[in-house]
Amino acid sequence: MVMGDLVTEVDVAVLGGGPGGYSAAFRCAELGLETVVVEAAKRLGGACLYEGCIPSKAFLHVAAVLGEAERAKEYGIDFGEARISLDPLRKWKAERVVGKLSRGLASVAKAKGVAVIGGRGTFEDSRSIRVGGDEPQVVRFKHAIVATGSVPVQLPGLAVAGDRIMDSTAALEVPDIPERLLVIGGGYIGLELGQVYAALGSRVTLVEMTDGLLPGVDRDLVQPLARRSEKLFAAIHLGSRVAGLREAGGAVEAAIEGQKPETFDRVLVAVGRRAVSESLGLEATRVKLSDRGLVIVDERCRTTDPHIYAVGDVTGEPMLAHRAMRQGKVAAECIAGRPSAFDNMAVPAVVFTDPEIAWCGLMEAQAQQAGRTVKVAKFTWAASGRAATIGRSDGVTKLVVDEASGRVLGVGIAGPGAGELIAEAALAIETAVTAEDLAVTIHAHPTLSEGLMEAAESLLHRSS
Amino acid sequence: MSRTFALPDLGEGLVEAEIRNVLVREGDLVKEDSPLLEVETDKAQVEIPSPFSGRVEKIHVQPGQTVKVGQPLVSFGDAGDAAAPAATAPGASTSAPAAAPVRAVPQAPRTGGGPVAATPATRRLAREIGVEIQSVRGTGPGGRVTDDDVRGASGKPTGERPAAPAAAPVGPAKPLAVVGLEPPPLPKFEQWGPVERQPLSHLRRTIAERMALSASLIPHVTHFDRADITDLNAMVTRSFEAAKQHGIVLTLTSFLLKAAALALKEHPQFNASLDPGAGELVLKHYCHLGIAVATERGLIVPVIRDVDRKPVLDVARELAALAQRVRDGKATLDDLRGGSFTVTNIGALGGTGAIPIINYPEVAILGVARGREEPVVRNGQIVPRTILPLTLTFDHRVADGADGARFAQAIIRRLEAPEALFAEW
Repeated sequence: MVMGDLVTEVDVAVLGGGPGGYSAAFRCAELGLETVVVEAAKRLGGACLYEGCIPSKAFLHVAAVLGEAERAKEYGIDFGEARISLDPLRKWKAERVVGKLSRGLASVAKAKGVAVIGGRGTFEDSRSIRVGGDEPQVVRFKHAIVATGSVPVQLPGLAVAGDRIMDSTAALEVPDIPERLLVIGGGYIGLELGQVYAALGSRVTLVEMTDGLLPGVDRDLVQPLARRSEKLFAAIHLGSRVAGLREAGGAVEAAIEGQKPETFDRVLVAVGRRAVSESLGLEATRVKLSDRGLVIVDERCRTTDPHIYAVGDVTGEPMLAHRAMRQGKVAAECIAGRPSAFDNMAVPAVVFTDPEIAWCGLMEAQAQQAGRTVKVAKFTWAASGRAATIGRSDGVTKLVVDEASGRVLGVGIAGPGAGELIAEAALAIETAVTAEDLAVTIHAHPTLSEGLMEAAESLLHRSS
Repeated sequence: MSRTFALPDLGEGLVEAEIRNVLVREGDLVKEDSPLLEVETDKAQVEIPSPFSGRVEKIHVQPGQTVKVGQPLVSFGDAGDAAAPAATAPGASTSAPAAAPVRAVPQAPRTGGGPVAATPATRRLAREIGVEIQSVRGTGPGGRVTDDDVRGASGKPTGERPAAPAAAPVGPAKPLAVVGLEPPPLPKFEQWGPVERQPLSHLRRTIAERMALSASLIPHVTHFDRADITDLNAMVTRSFEAAKQHGIVLTLTSFLLKAAALALKEHPQFNASLDPGAGELVLKHYCHLGIAVATERGLIVPVIRDVDRKPVLDVARELAALAQRVRDGKATLDDLRGGSFTVTNIGALGGTGAIPIINYPEVAILGVARGREEPVVRNGQIVPRTILPLTLTFDHRVADGADGARFAQAIIRRLEAPEALFAEW
């Protein structure tokens, strides 16, 4: 510390204002701890609100509306050709969606007495953070919570300049609707944004390195999405890489392995995200990183430095906002001396494509890897009354239970609304519900939620 | 049709045991009643025999592991010769074997690895009261751990583990105040030099808990006295060979036990337990004496029953057999429970006296050091006599100093007139 530094003394300093950071800060404040958030952008919300979950869902909603209008032709309703005006669309996203939520967060912070210090923060030692920018100061804390999140990974080996090569952040600005879009990466970001652009009118080509979309996700769940994507996209190249990109004459020429060179108007690189753990001054503390650059934490979100906690993407997979939010609350409660722990068994994952895919807990493959004896039930939505009424019989609900106890271990759902339906599954897993409990709980008819009950029932009948 | 054998109820409020040895291997064919496992409880090392004949399909435990009552130990497959007992197999005749475990084992405890079957609120409760939820046996559907299970588990390690299940039903009288201190955190010893941490054995932990409980709960008072055992010694020496002919190793300890038992008949408040919850003294109309035995594993206190009613030669015979069983780790649970008063003889290892701690929930304990020949003044003459130092520790809530002195005298009187020990039964 230098003489003359402006010093702020607090109980808790949170570094990073995303979902993990603001959840931690709000909970700290509720527990009577004087708390500040240090955030370079001087606003709460993080990647989730400004360049991730929220704007992408706004655009996916638009895509769904366009998709439904298209489907309506099947039952005799023709809206004609959609006319898309980008300016009002971008304005709606920026003001009515993101802006509204951003103002909401700011007012919550104010109400709870959490100050947001704008500026990049770096640790000076285990008790202080130096903040640069317009409000330079040193924040001295009793405890700090690192919540610096993650950023999109650049494509290794494809050093390219030019704004025609976009990452997810740039793509969510929708600079235009490219006629031909190349999406590199068949994970959830590539698929979600690929579908958005396809719905807006782009001819989308998708390249995925592994031999299937959504690597690591249960194949039964991926299948309906793969079928739909084949219709929506111009081409899907699996087990393939992009060997080179070259900007030429207002377009990008891509060398896709096994294909002739092809020209695209824009390229979206969506090959994953990586934790932001560099340039934070963590080397001046006792915080240890894993060899993959993740901050190592225990189930109370404590790092190896007794004064410093960490939550969210910077601590590793699954890099999901809702996991970060729960961790943030755990960290806050542990700092306040409460017996909290991140011992959650089910962190739901949702891919907001059409159809949606959601899962949580232990899926079939992981159960087998873990050497557990399980029973698996699959309920296809062809037998669902509700699915028929919305013209979507392509869904599936999958249930994994422990063979001996009947306890629900995992659930996977593919179909419209899967992201909402998975909430029941998360509750079931977290509260150690058995298949019998699910089967005898009345689910409203006709709804898509019946799928889980049906799957559970089929297991009971099988075993009697 | 697979059958699983779980740790049976061991009685006496025992809820867990440590596996010492697994005596069979997976794939072995075992006969009913042949030994399966050796376990150590708070009280004894016991052999658990197989309840079935059959092939050992899976062994769920390993040596050193602590298991709760009801936790599976061994699963048996079908042995061609053994008919499955009908009672255990409601689904035995159906063609769906997968169904049977769900129905037959409604309280299936967790089988390694997986997440704990408990709601987040229950898990928080466990952290709050310091219970290792992984080790709690769930009584809910599918082995789910309930709040009550967690609370039930918390009682055990923290203290209230009475040797006898005389556990307090709260009576109309006023309960006494609860005693108990949280141990303060230890300093960081590493700052002064290297250290090593060793987990306590099951027996050591039990001794530690029981001694801490006794020392913190009971206001101990200790009375010192000396007995002239010259004549007793002479008698033991004289009779030693004759007794040996009858297979009896005559020792001073047998006489001590007998003397204590007879003195207890005169001073029944020392053969009792205080029930603070009820505000009552529980007087015992039996006289089962515990005798402290040092073993390689630690202190164990086997019990000889009805010492007041047995001839001293029988006491001697029983004592020798019992001590041997204890040292061999072969004592049964019944050998080790139900004591009403304890005697500890530290004479073999020297020393001039020791202040023993009461074996909770008893009221008193008698310690004796080594008897030594000393110069004693008698009728103005210095004569060599064999003197035995005695220490009587008792619960001051139950008895006062004068009572202790009288009780000690009642023991000494008998030791100094040994013929009476033979005469009185």
